[in-house]
Amino acid sequence: MMRFMMSLFAALTLWAMPVQAQDSGPLRIEITEGVIEPMPFAAPDFVADTAAGTELGRNIARVISADLAGTGLFRQIPAEAHISRITSFESPVQFADWRAVNAQALITGAVSVDGAGRVVARFRVYDVFAGQELGSGLQLVGTRDGWRRIAHKVADQVYSRITGEGGYFDSRVVYVSESGPKNQRAKRLAIMDYDGANLKYLTDSSSLVLAPRFSPTGDRVLYTSYETGFPRIYVLDVANVGRRVLPTQDGTMSFAPRFSPDGRSVLYSLTQGGNTDLFVMDIGSGSSTRLTNAPSIETAPSYSPDGRQIVFESDRSGTPQLYIMAAGGGEARRISFGQGRYGTPVWSPRGDLIAFTKQSKGRFHIGVMRTDGSEERLLTASFLDEGPTWAPNGRVIMFTRETQGAQGQASLYSVDITGRNLKQVSTNGGASDPSWGPLQD
Amino acid sequence: MTYLSKTFLLFAGLALAACTNPDRFDDATGAGLDSGAASGLTGAASDPASAAYFQQAVGDRVLFAVDQSNLGTQAQTTLDGQAEWLMTNRDFTAIIEGHADEQGTREYNLALGARRANSVQEYLISRGVAADRLRVVSYGKERPIEICSNEACYAKNRRAVTVLAAGPTS
Repeated sequence: MMRFMMSLFAALTLWAMPVQAQDSGPLRIEITEGVIEPMPFAAPDFVADTAAGTELGRNIARVISADLAGTGLFRQIPAEAHISRITSFESPVQFADWRAVNAQALITGAVSVDGAGRVVARFRVYDVFAGQELGSGLQLVGTRDGWRRIAHKVADQVYSRITGEGGYFDSRVVYVSESGPKNQRAKRLAIMDYDGANLKYLTDSSSLVLAPRFSPTGDRVLYTSYETGFPRIYVLDVANVGRRVLPTQDGTMSFAPRFSPDGRSVLYSLTQGGNTDLFVMDIGSGSSTRLTNAPSIETAPSYSPDGRQIVFESDRSGTPQLYIMAAGGGEARRISFGQGRYGTPVWSPRGDLIAFTKQSKGRFHIGVMRTDGSEERLLTASFLDEGPTWAPNGRVIMFTRETQGAQGQASLYSVDITGRNLKQVSTNGGASDPSWGPLQD
Repeated sequence: MTYLSKTFLLFAGLALAACTNPDRFDDATGAGLDSGAASGLTGAASDPASAAYFQQAVGDRVLFAVDQSNLGTQAQTTLDGQAEWLMTNRDFTAIIEGHADEQGTREYNLALGARRANSVQEYLISRGVAADRLRVVSYGKERPIEICSNEACYAKNRRAVTVLAAGPTS
């Protein structure tokens, strides 16, 4: 379960094995169930070994709590209600005190700053009613600036141990930051932690930019920019913000790029003579291959996680609908058959579902369906919802919601795949076109 | 990007299908302004060889029905005027910008705007304008001229605008 030990900034080490890891204990949330009662948990401030660590200990606990409560699956028991105080990480836990406040899960931790200025955090997760540890204690080491990532990693562990699913808190989102009125909107690329922290701009707003897409490892971003006056696809290196335009023929427009699962090629739309088809380009060599050849619009392609199939949008039937074809092109089969227009399909990282935008009776929806088109479920409805992107664990979807009218503004929202826990994602001003990156190492 | 600060009164509302009231292009619409049309180019509208004349008297835009890219009679009349003007004023090149209303996904609207721009380009070429004087670009739903969220605005946003530039197209 926890094999992501070393990373660029944080060493996460297995620190103790007090009880054997449990695959499934009594403490369990089945997140496929439609409506559940959130599980009450307590996450007291991490105990600080040094005075300098006190604030850090409080902040880490706060971020862990926000992560867990933000899923809608957990409910935080506020510190004021706690009977026991955790003053030592090593002292035995007074389970009776935590049972009394109905905390089903308890997260305890300690934090210190070592001689090199690194943050060292340890934590344990308890099943309060069973009176035992859930999984093993872990130690994480990170930079001072990276303390939020330590908190997210702890929360990912807790989420994962209790739900049996992968986490998604230690992840980032790249999106388009928007400002100005609708008819003079300025757009620039921005990147942030999934919860809106650590915002950084990747471009200025001198050129219109659209729809950034993370690479599978989160090291690069594909996006469309009008820098030359015409839409072209750029690839940007997240670490040094260096970018380059992908080669294209003069007189064409390219947009709607997405990485292949191996990160080596780009699937995209190319418009030539007014007609839009799908192409794939090898990023290294710049050589491209045509995948569709039809007079209709073919756009918004997305690979299956195994890279063998492509889901895309086409109006070959007269209205925009969703189709699946083999990665090399060829015969496509239509998968959307409901009332309305379908667009921007995105394959789930788990491979089981396709998220899409649906337009029907003047409303927009974000929905999911199985890859054969069955079991369509609409998760949202508003004046304008579009452009779904999957959380790394395939359980949550983020998308753009734009409000109506002259004062209309775009913002990011997330919803889980059962349609619960719809909420706005914190961004600095207007925001659209999110792309949710992978869990970080 | 630069935006025109001037407000042009459109006298030749003819170009605007289904427009009964005098139309004011209060035109910061980015339409074209990304693509090299500098405000210095416009000149006086009274000068028939000026870009301002083209924009206001000839009519620089045509409108489309929902999801359509075919040209109606009114659009063809406007484009006949554009072709004639372009044949007379050979120093100008043009970028045709295709646009869509906000009812649609970003990607689909980009492709739809491209279809519209292409319809105009093909029509102008069929009327004798040299292909190498015309380029096309689509803005999809990114550059609405009208910002309300109802059909009155959508109708004006579903457009293709012929934006003049001096000199070669590329």
